[in-house]
Amino acid sequence: MSDDSRTATTEPRVLPVTDLSLVVLIGATGSGKSTFARAHFKPTEVISSDFCRGLVADDENDQSASGDAFDVLNFIAGKRLAAGRRTVIDATNVQPESRKQLVRIAREHDVLPIAIVLDLPEAVCAERNATRPDRAGMPRHVIKRHQRELRRSLRGLEREGFRKVHVLRSVEEVERARVVTERRYNDLTHLTGPFDIIGDIHGCRSELDTLLARLGYADGDGAHPEGRTAVFVGDLVDRGPDSPGVLRRVMRMVGAGNALCVPGNHENKLGRWLRGRNVRLTHGLAETVEQLGKEDDAFRAEVLAFIDGLVSHYVLDGGKLVVCHAGLPEKYHGRTSGRVRSHALYGDTTGETDEFGLPVRYPWAEDYRGRAAVVYGHTPVPSTSWINNTICLDTGAVFGGKMTALRWPERELVDVPAERVWYEPTKPLGTQAPGGREGRPLDLADVHGRRAVETRHMGRLAVREENAAAALEVMSRFAVDPRLLAYLPPTMAPTATSREEGYLEHPAEAFAQYREDGVARVVCEEKHMGSRAVALVCRDASVARERFGVDGTDSGDAGEGGGATAHGPTGALHTRTGRPFFDDPAVTEEILGRLRTAIDAAGLWAELDTDWLLLDAELMPWSLKATGLLRTQYAAVGAAAGAVFPAVTGALEAAVGRGVDVGALLRGQRERAADAAAFTEAYRRYCWETDGLAGVRLAPFQLLAARGRSLASVPHDRQLAWIDRLTEHDPTGLLQVTRRLVVETGDEESVRAGVDWWLEMTGRGGEGMVVKPLDALVRDGKKRLVQPGIKVRGREYLRIIYGPEYTQPANLERLRGRFLGHKRSLALREYALGLEGLDRLADDEPLWRVHEAVFAVLALESEPVDPRL
Amino acid sequence: MFLTISTTGTHERPATDLGFLLHKHPDKAQAFPTSHGTAHVLYPEASAERCTAALLLEIDPVALVRRGKGKGRGGAPDAALAQYVNDRPYAASSLLAVALSTVFKSALRGVCAARPERAAEPLPLRIEVPAVPARGGAELVRALFGPLGWTTVDVRPVVLDETFPAWGDSRYVQLVLEGELRLVDALRQLYVLLPVLDDAKHYWVAPDEVEKLLRAGEGWLAGHPERQLITNRYLNRRWSLTREAAERLELVRLAEADDIGVEAIDNAVDDPAPDEGTDTAETADKTVSLADQRREAILTALRDAGAASVLDLGCGQGQLVQALLKDVRFSKVVGVDVSVRALTVAARRLKTERMSERQAERVALIQGSLTYTDKRLKGYDAAVLSEVVEHLDLPRLPALEYAVFGTARPATVVVTTPNVEYNVRWETLPAGHVRHRDHRFEWTRAEFRAWADAVAARHGYAVRYVPVGPDDPEVGPPTQMGVFTMAATDTNKKEEKAA
Repeated sequence: MSDDSRTATTEPRVLPVTDLSLVVLIGATGSGKSTFARAHFKPTEVISSDFCRGLVADDENDQSASGDAFDVLNFIAGKRLAAGRRTVIDATNVQPESRKQLVRIAREHDVLPIAIVLDLPEAVCAERNATRPDRAGMPRHVIKRHQRELRRSLRGLEREGFRKVHVLRSVEEVERARVVTERRYNDLTHLTGPFDIIGDIHGCRSELDTLLARLGYADGDGAHPEGRTAVFVGDLVDRGPDSPGVLRRVMRMVGAGNALCVPGNHENKLGRWLRGRNVRLTHGLAETVEQLGKEDDAFRAEVLAFIDGLVSHYVLDGGKLVVCHAGLPEKYHGRTSGRVRSHALYGDTTGETDEFGLPVRYPWAEDYRGRAAVVYGHTPVPSTSWINNTICLDTGAVFGGKMTALRWPERELVDVPAERVWYEPTKPLGTQAPGGREGRPLDLADVHGRRAVETRHMGRLAVREENAAAALEVMSRFAVDPRLLAYLPPTMAPTATSREEGYLEHPAEAFAQYREDGVARVVCEEKHMGSRAVALVCRDASVARERFGVDGTDSGDAGEGGGATAHGPTGALHTRTGRPFFDDPAVTEEILGRLRTAIDAAGLWAELDTDWLLLDAELMPWSLKATGLLRTQYAAVGAAAGAVFPAVTGALEAAVGRGVDVGALLRGQRERAADAAAFTEAYRRYCWETDGLAGVRLAPFQLLAARGRSLASVPHDRQLAWIDRLTEHDPTGLLQVTRRLVVETGDEESVRAGVDWWLEMTGRGGEGMVVKPLDALVRDGKKRLVQPGIKVRGREYLRIIYGPEYTQPANLERLRGRFLGHKRSLALREYALGLEGLDRLADDEPLWRVHEAVFAVLALESEPVDPRL
Repeated sequence: MFLTISTTGTHERPATDLGFLLHKHPDKAQAFPTSHGTAHVLYPEASAERCTAALLLEIDPVALVRRGKGKGRGGAPDAALAQYVNDRPYAASSLLAVALSTVFKSALRGVCAARPERAAEPLPLRIEVPAVPARGGAELVRALFGPLGWTTVDVRPVVLDETFPAWGDSRYVQLVLEGELRLVDALRQLYVLLPVLDDAKHYWVAPDEVEKLLRAGEGWLAGHPERQLITNRYLNRRWSLTREAAERLELVRLAEADDIGVEAIDNAVDDPAPDEGTDTAETADKTVSLADQRREAILTALRDAGAASVLDLGCGQGQLVQALLKDVRFSKVVGVDVSVRALTVAARRLKTERMSERQAERVALIQGSLTYTDKRLKGYDAAVLSEVVEHLDLPRLPALEYAVFGTARPATVVVTTPNVEYNVRWETLPAGHVRHRDHRFEWTRAEFRAWADAVAARHGYAVRYVPVGPDDPEVGPPTQMGVFTMAATDTNKKEEKAA
């Protein structure tokens, strides 16, 4: 595509430059490369060797630093290209060795190398250098040498690998030059469809016609009444009964602008045969050749032209969709190189072959972490499934399977069965697609080390390395299967410290804080004292299998799963760090079963149009899971106090009786004894014996997510109405209602009622309450997230936290000096991550994306913060 | 934080002489400041016949937590001290021992200017401590005080909570000692044995602690049958452990979030507890020999396979890594564990910081998890999973299988795991118990083979089985080992590629 046409007019000399490319300026010293670069490119696009020399040697003209300077230049160029940014190299580049290096860098990053040559007369260069103090002393022979080397290079630039070469031969031509940025052929991001992406066809004309009709495409040019565009993933031909017919139909649709098509490996091979190359007529090419033999030369020529014009892959719909034949890792999206084309056509192989002698395909989709959906074909699979935001549409129509289309952006699948087995497969169709049944493995790189998680509600949230390390330990060793771990509850900040006599926490501050945040209506919810529990309930085991990818055969090898898991789990019940609540899966299933019964009876499946539900709840009694802690700490303290005080007060009473002056000491010890007794009473309220599930209570307080939607922003009154229906429809007594009271933060009377409600509840031994904005997800005047809840813990309950004697005025005064800032920040960050995880879950995003957010919540839970808050 | 010392007497030898011996007047109540609160001495009774001195230490629970730097954490060496809900204000611990030594300083030295002869002779003593924290229970209390000349050692366990009888006894006992002893001996015994029973200290153990022990143990410790335990606990090896706990505060916080003790999740490294035995049957029995045999069997399998680069997946404290490094044919050894604490211990064992550069290049210790695929684990000749799979819940095994056999794909994989059938041969292991508290399952030989055969078939490996330890004709060997070798075609391909 050499372009050295010269015109004498003043028309601009147009230099097309691809938007993502490595532009190499070539010209002798003084030829005006830097000036040219400044005039035509953004300053940040240009890397000059002089600048790099200055960076490493403090002197832009120090030739002895050139080696290091070019290392720096190449490094920067590599980083920019990896990030998908056009880069312009401002160096003389007159020697083939230096250009070779740059072409290599372009290829490494799969972008086009483009040369712009400034071939100006020696006199011009010399004159320009003379005006620059730092170059005035440059000997004339340097320019001469540059000129010589440049002239020698000119002819070979395309052979060196430059895909576009622009040569400017005069000052006047340079002045007229205008750089025009061109899109890459594969960049169709401006097309938003909607699309119907159609899987491998392999000459199955009749099935294709049926499928296109089902999708609503007209015969002939294939116009769609709703303006939809068909996108073919390639492998139109070979093996099947009517490859010419398929080609005719697809070519007509593409020609009319109603369809797009990317090439498959079979088109590629057919193209080579049509060009007369020596290709083996295997894998169904013989059939196509025979069928094409009945067509005329004109048609064959038309087919060849069509195939030659196909672009390896397309990036569509604003970058959200990538279509190609055999799949494409993210770093190849929108790139242009031989290996990109090769991957797009053939995929990647591990180098091994399987028992059928076929190459083992590398499961690139497992590693895929890109944001764009990749839709492809190539590998016949019995049924389609999304893996990490990729989907294979080759459902083996020619082998008697079906032909599948994906509607985009709807993400609906449409398929038609094969009319018969047109071609016997080399190996059974049952073999697995990349990813397969074990499916979507999580990679350590998804969670390990220092990370930043992008959230919708709070931007990027950082996770520190040591916190990720701790989370990895707990997640790997103790948590339930990540596929069932869709959410971990965020921590919650307590109310600002109260100055009220005798109280450390009091509702007045919580109401005041929300009033300040501009929240007019809050709901006070009774805080149950047990253990936080998250329940994922599927309608049955098959839903768990299909939506969450788990099944009972996972543990089948060891023959221990047994009982409830014979058909696989129907969900999960886990703690706030993701540990299963019950060691015995049968107990978990029993609880899930009762929840399911309640959901059934309350009609929530239909109302929420879902077959699974994620619930946030409290599981009681506290003693069920905290027995260890109760015995080693809480009850132990009570026992020690109970043992010691009778002796102490007895001794003091005797001493008082003898007339020793210890009256004050005795009073003090009696108070301490009373405090200790109150402490024992406090924890006892949250303990009771259970037998199996008898005595166990579950108090759900929020539905978190259902199919296709996060429920986290549903106002709490609606939430509680759902919860009430659940508890009403639970015949077993497992589910417990959550009492609540709505308070207007601006209304004194309402606030007083809220305070009284709390006093009454905590006076009877309740843990306290959580105050939440009624509208759930709320922002303040400055658009910042408002705390999703503030806990106000009861005076007696806090003995469990701050010790039996915390209510002594002197102790209370010191304890008021607590710092809430970090806890509040942590609560908000974890909240935002929790919301993010739910949104990703609702959007059916890949498992690693959901897991990333869930894992981050766990990691943040290990941040240093006062544990009593 | 409370104890009483009583004695009886006559008009010639009045019981109230106790006041002289303790240097505290029986008719006064005196208060002394100590570092953790005020110590009171008073006499509930004081007559010629009977005299009782009471020591009451009033501990300030809020100050106890807030003493340390950094908002209540990090100051005290024992994690329990950082809690406001704390038994220290009530139980007779090292705090009381310190108060004892402060308030009865000269009595503890056996000095009494006013009644030197009485200080030097045994008295009829009755000592009551209503709440002694006793790690090791009533039995240990008897074992400690029994040999010390008391005629009565009355130990009554305190019930945890009478409302919940199922919870059983607390770790506190009510202790009554009666006998004819010199007061100084009785005080010194309490001074040493109260903290020993508590097995926790509120201060860092300093070098002069040894001297303190020798001084206070004079005359009774040297001949004590439990001398070793007393010395160990008093000098408190827990220093290094608490330091490690401080290194792993992240896990402490995650445990707290779940209302469980940190030991429930930070249990990858067994805490050494020489005086009490451990939870593993193996350590109690023939561990050393079996662990050695296991390592030897693994090394043999790796040598036979011609492996040069080896992954030790779940390397724990690095014993196998250490053994591998001793053989130069293993040119690259990588220990992987999910527990940061295990890796820290392993690094200490291997002395990685002091290795020569060349040695250091051969070895790496990295945190990783076998339930995630990990690109860093690709390209090794062999991987070892020694006593690892049983630490994973069964439903998570497919993830491990995929990460190791599907993704990392070394040519050789060596897996060892306990043979549960052999458990009947461990005399110390109660029937039906697993060998380690963190074992999620233990397999029979048939179960292991069913799993291993299926894994091998799914991923293109062949597997052979090797017994480790005495191969019992009836129940098989204590450890079963499977050596997986990648099927020939695949390995050839790999070699071709390399060539």
